[in-house]
Amino acid sequence: MKQDKAVDEATRLIEDWTRVHGRTRDRLLPLLHWLQEEIGYVDDPAVPAIARALNLSRADVHGVVTFYHDFRRAPAGRHVVKLCRAESCQARGGAAMEAEATARLGVAMGETRRDGQVTLEPVYCLGLCAIGPNALVDGRPIARIDAAALERIVQEVSA
Amino acid sequence: MTRVFVSRDMASVALGADEVAQAFEAAGCEVIRTGSRGLFSIEPLVEVEQNGARVGFGPVEPGDVAAVLDGSHAARLGDVSALPFFAGQQRFTFARCGVIDPLCPEDYAAHGGWRGLDAARAIPPQAVVDAVKASGLRGRGGAGFPTGIKWQTVLDAVSDAKFIVCNADEGDSGTFADRMLMEGDPFCLIEGMAIAGHAVGADHGYVYIRSEYPFAIATMREAITMSAERIAPFALEVRVGAGAYVCGEETALLDSIEGKRGQVRAKPPLPALAGLFGQPTVINNVLSLAAVPFILSEGAEAYAAVGFGRSRGTMPVQLAGNVKHGGLYEIGFGITLGELVNGIGGGTASGRPVRAVQVGGPLGAYFPPSMFNLPFDYEAFAQAGGLIGHAGITVFDDSVDMAHMARFAMEFCSVESCGKCTPCRIGSTRGVEVMDRIIAARDAQPVATERVGGGLAKALYSCAPDRNDSGLEPQTALLRDLCDTMKYGSLCALGGFTPYPVLSALDHFPEDFGAPAPVKEAAA
Repeated sequence: MKQDKAVDEATRLIEDWTRVHGRTRDRLLPLLHWLQEEIGYVDDPAVPAIARALNLSRADVHGVVTFYHDFRRAPAGRHVVKLCRAESCQARGGAAMEAEATARLGVAMGETRRDGQVTLEPVYCLGLCAIGPNALVDGRPIARIDAAALERIVQEVSA
Repeated sequence: MTRVFVSRDMASVALGADEVAQAFEAAGCEVIRTGSRGLFSIEPLVEVEQNGARVGFGPVEPGDVAAVLDGSHAARLGDVSALPFFAGQQRFTFARCGVIDPLCPEDYAAHGGWRGLDAARAIPPQAVVDAVKASGLRGRGGAGFPTGIKWQTVLDAVSDAKFIVCNADEGDSGTFADRMLMEGDPFCLIEGMAIAGHAVGADHGYVYIRSEYPFAIATMREAITMSAERIAPFALEVRVGAGAYVCGEETALLDSIEGKRGQVRAKPPLPALAGLFGQPTVINNVLSLAAVPFILSEGAEAYAAVGFGRSRGTMPVQLAGNVKHGGLYEIGFGITLGELVNGIGGGTASGRPVRAVQVGGPLGAYFPPSMFNLPFDYEAFAQAGGLIGHAGITVFDDSVDMAHMARFAMEFCSVESCGKCTPCRIGSTRGVEVMDRIIAARDAQPVATERVGGGLAKALYSCAPDRNDSGLEPQTALLRDLCDTMKYGSLCALGGFTPYPVLSALDHFPEDFGAPAPVKEAAA
């Protein structure tokens, strides 16, 4: 069974990690970050395994996973575009670029396109506030996004 | 070999600094990656070393290498520190940022690094706390609480374990000073935290950095490893946030480090007495801690000599948004808002008139140009119905729709609310709905309706618009009521300060809410 295998794999990873980094409650966020880095998201079957490893309740872990915007509960697209929605980028035409980006990429803010090619996510400030509108494309910062820059991003994530 | 300096700051990289650095390397230059000096209209900035002096060029593109190296490039700036933008600054905290290689310990020491820590460790903890008190340093994260008083409380607390926590969760739009310092001079923050550790008797510290700052996280991690021996027995570790704005609130941040949802704790107890893991904890912002090495090495008097009223020392002001010369400008308190926006910032980048500036991030008030004589000072801003916060100034030109910005403030609060208290959690959602009705009514032909009472209960629990109440006047009355509830009923600044942008937009720009424009703004 594919699902069981995934659970076994997650359990093994979590066990390995906690042996090195400890089992105290304050390890939860670092563990979730690490797991997401390894697997790409924190899937539901991993929650009981995490709870066991850190001696927490499932509800505790579920509560934390769902509280923070960064943790995904499903795989992201092959490319992730994070577009800043905050005031400084808005002051430099960010809202228009946001509308343009959703139209050009064919995906709504906060969602993954059906073909799994791209995930478009809002981010509230990358700290590049004098050179907006800004984005992170697969972790790479891009400033002063205009129609031409957006075109380059669309090309890049379509490849 | 020609030595060339190119910034590795995230903003510079976003503008193409990596490609520029590679081009100079390919041309056989020795490229030293620095932090950013903080003027983004000249980034990517390249400084070429000639006879021991640095000659600046910017902005530079990868194809410009030959023209830069032979000095013929049109964007030749000469000595960057002599440019008007830099010459007027008082750089206490950011003195090294943009100048040194942030991950070169020798560079740091050669530019005055570790002198503050050495001075602190040569005197008893109480003397260090006294120096911080005498400097007049107040929290640079927002509320402006005296740092020395906070440290005294932790020093006086009796406990086996105490902690130093650096709040590097600066999430305010329009602010980037923390990010720039962590990327451009990480040892400065580490030194400040080690001094705090000595001052209060703590041997362990955490730097909680927001995940939106990947460059800062990587730089701090590396710098902490490199300086571990230098700061021992004090030990530091980086904790990474997970995209929750509310974790910039100190008690939510502590819960987040402890592995919980980042929810606000009710105070008391103060974190100084029962903070991280229930132990006495100093929790300070990046800029507060990074100001400490200067205070210890140069003396409290040197720091306190600069400033305005009870706001002592310097403030790294961040000019952001639609501004011509955007960037980091460190200067003593007291400079006016207008000097910053129009003088140093040069007005808008779009060339259109400035219509509004938001000071202090998404929870800060919007000010019209008629209030530009306001001096940068905690008390003056509070009196004018605003806050300095993290000293971010976001400039908007006349194309801004202030009702939309008020709606966005409510929306942001609803997205980022930790959910613990009702005024913030539900109030912000109701606020978005009220703003939607105001905007709809404004865009339709406004019809006169009578004023309604009972706004508070209606604001919190009614999501269905009453047909008769959908006019502008009852809706703005409802909005004020709702803001009142959020301001006085919320547990922390997220819900409590969201009324600042909303009400200041309504008060200063009523015409965007469908009300008559003010006849003539009176001078402040």
